[in-house]
Amino acid sequence: MPKYNLTINGKSRSVEASEDTPLLWILRDNLDMVGTKFGCGIAQCGACTVHVDGNAARSCSLPVASAVDREITTIEGLSEDGSHPVQKAWKEVDVPQCGYCQSGQIMTASAFLAQNKSPTEAEIKDAMHGNICRCAAYNRIHKAVGIAAGNMEA
Amino acid sequence: MSTTPSSLTFSRRNFLRTSSLAGGGLLIGFNLLTACKSDVKPPVDLADLNYNDFNAFIKIAKNGAVTIFSPNPEIGQGVKTAMPMIIAEELGVAWDKVLVQQGILDTENYTRQIAGGSQSIRFSYEPLRQTGATARQMLVNAAAARWGVEASELTVSEGIITNGAGETLGFGDVVDDAAKLEVPKDVKLKEPKDFKIIGTDQVNVDIDKIITGKPLFGLDYKVDGMVYAAVLRPPAFGQELESYDASEAKALPGVIDVITIGKKMNALLGGEETNWTVQMNATEKVVVIAKTTWDAFKGKKAIKAQWKETSALESTEFQDKKLNALLDGTEFTTLREDGDVEKAFTQADKVLEQTYESPFLPHNCMEPMNFFANVTEEKVHLVGPIQTPEDAANTVAELLGRDIKDIHLEMTRMGGGFGRRLYGDFVYEAAEISDAIKKPVKMVSSREDDMSTGVYRPAIKYRIKAAIKDGELTGYQLKEAAINGNMYGLIPNFFPAGAVENYKVDVANYASNVTTGAWRAPYTNFLAYAEQSFFDEIAEAMEVDKVQLRLDLLEKVKGNTDERIEYDPERLQAVLKMAVDKSGWGKAPEGTYQGVVAYYCHNSHVAEVADVQIENGMPVVKKVTCVVDCGIVINPLGARNQIVGGVIDGVGHAMYGQFGFKNGEPTSNNYDTYRLIRMKEAPIVDAYMIQNELAPTGLGEPALPPAGGAVSNALKAATGKRIYKQPFMEDPDFWKVPNEKILG
Repeated sequence: MPKYNLTINGKSRSVEASEDTPLLWILRDNLDMVGTKFGCGIAQCGACTVHVDGNAARSCSLPVASAVDREITTIEGLSEDGSHPVQKAWKEVDVPQCGYCQSGQIMTASAFLAQNKSPTEAEIKDAMHGNICRCAAYNRIHKAVGIAAGNMEA
Repeated sequence: MSTTPSSLTFSRRNFLRTSSLAGGGLLIGFNLLTACKSDVKPPVDLADLNYNDFNAFIKIAKNGAVTIFSPNPEIGQGVKTAMPMIIAEELGVAWDKVLVQQGILDTENYTRQIAGGSQSIRFSYEPLRQTGATARQMLVNAAAARWGVEASELTVSEGIITNGAGETLGFGDVVDDAAKLEVPKDVKLKEPKDFKIIGTDQVNVDIDKIITGKPLFGLDYKVDGMVYAAVLRPPAFGQELESYDASEAKALPGVIDVITIGKKMNALLGGEETNWTVQMNATEKVVVIAKTTWDAFKGKKAIKAQWKETSALESTEFQDKKLNALLDGTEFTTLREDGDVEKAFTQADKVLEQTYESPFLPHNCMEPMNFFANVTEEKVHLVGPIQTPEDAANTVAELLGRDIKDIHLEMTRMGGGFGRRLYGDFVYEAAEISDAIKKPVKMVSSREDDMSTGVYRPAIKYRIKAAIKDGELTGYQLKEAAINGNMYGLIPNFFPAGAVENYKVDVANYASNVTTGAWRAPYTNFLAYAEQSFFDEIAEAMEVDKVQLRLDLLEKVKGNTDERIEYDPERLQAVLKMAVDKSGWGKAPEGTYQGVVAYYCHNSHVAEVADVQIENGMPVVKKVTCVVDCGIVINPLGARNQIVGGVIDGVGHAMYGQFGFKNGEPTSNNYDTYRLIRMKEAPIVDAYMIQNELAPTGLGEPALPPAGGAVSNALKAATGKRIYKQPFMEDPDFWKVPNEKILG
């Protein structure tokens, strides 16, 4: 199987995998980084969201061959200790119910807020619309993104 | 009138045992609801915790640190936070000093160690309080002996015991003495007014792991040498495997082997079709074993399988006709009958009758079904997300012909359950695969597997008929036609039972080969919409106010001595009145249309008001006001999350949940064709809880059922059209918004 050198959370990682293997499974099965979740496998639910060169991307639909020479950030690398403003807001609001989709929600929100420091209510809804929360914690997700936006400005 | 949980009558003796830990400190083992065997003690070393004789433990270390091993499965309903809060309250420690760990599971001596039916808190409230209070009393007794004073002279606060002279001892200072004392009986519980932890907002105990992506869920669990398995199951209900060609799959990189499973389950079944999940597994399936999940998924796609038809390949239209025939027929089982409904209909001034319909629904837990199994000579190690660990372990023991003592089952946090993880088919699959390949294995379903080989909410139709005479509701008949099974026996005793003199509930079902089962708030998740829509129609026919009709009917139940009646009319009236007040019912601004419901299920009383507005020519649910009476609220922060989520879940499935079958195959298998509610469609939910000191009831389900009814009633107000079929978005009447309302 071919070998790929990836840059994940600032570290260089080398993996052997077939070229069509989605980044999601490279992270989870090859590199034991299980914070990025499998939800649908077809880029519809957002549970697998990571940052690729700073933009939110669906790792379930990104072949490993396309992830080479890109800066990849996962939930494990968003902060050292859960101190990113989005993570702190998630804790302050107590967003999760089952919690499974939340790393994807947090990665979507953090990429969005990096590009839009003072979003409107409608912009937050647009940005988060692609991430399904089956427990329907949408009210709290919305609130937490708003709080994080305020704290990122400061 | 309402029922008493059996927890209130549990034996106070013999459910607690204590021991000194080898390294110092006190370990308290206890069984919820059941007595412990008289000859067992908790281990002296934490490594020996085995949960065979106790299903939960409290550890108090010499430094005063308290660890609570929480017994019940966590599926997002919050019990891993709320149950330890109850212990900590009576123990008298500061909540932020308590460490909570998920209890490991084994199968002996379990009682209700399941997540389902919104019952975890209801059944464990008393035993958990007794446990905490008994531990506190032992520590106090030890301190009293040290000081040579009466225990009654001492006070406890945040893990510190204080005597009359103002001297203090920490819990850690007396744990070793306490461990040697007799377990006191009949300890005094706190008065609810003195609660310091119960009733306070506490963040989910797993929050740090969730927000940093630490391993927590079943899919995250792995061990060295573990392989992955993908299972190819029949694509249609009514089909079985005829033959398959695995040569292409076996040639793929990463694929280790291709095997079949199902024969063991077939033998176990012995031709008896008694248990759904056993039956689901009693069909031959092809399994691809691979080095990674992706390799296994790819291998599965490369299998060339031939399927044969062994029973009818049903379509939605066919099932629809079967349900209609049942409703039109006479073959019903009567679950409850008061008075004479036929006579009431004959003598009525006006008779109303309507039929309400709902589709099958998949559960769609965000974490797809999966389980870890490692079957060895010594033991069967099972790890993963399951709502019913005891049942799963028992079935695996039977399936593999092993002693139940060999089965070691650990629960992980679950990425949603909604009823799907009550059924252990994925556990049996993992166990059978590991037994065959003699390796640790993780069985992983894809989203497509999950949605197309599910245990669905059954399609159901309700036909409801009412008799009105002299301005009174004199007769009420509810008929249910359902796929595979009918409502459970308590439902006929929900509102409006007891409020109408002539009342009858009749049920019938059609046995399909589609697997069906519990889905968050079984039956009521749809029945609430049907009945609460119909009450509005009754109010319109009687020309009375919709809220007043419900209040008047509830008034008639007061003083009713019928023991079977499940709900409390005063509590239901109270939530309805508060919802009316908080939602501004009847005072909505122009362009906002409201619908109201009051409903009882899962021992909780709930009222909801939905606000609908017309945007871009389409009705939009903007807000839902929800008032819940679930007795004492352990953790309001967690409780509100359950209520808000339950309401939005209810709105989402009522609006968008569309699922059916064509020639035995599901019509959707992933989120590109199956619509779940998302951020922009989610209403704001204003949640309120009645403050009282009554015994707590569950919250995982009760807020969901009324939501569909509230939206249905608001849509009627907005569009003038009553929708009789879920999902609302598929109904042509949903789109018929009158022009004046669009322009207005």
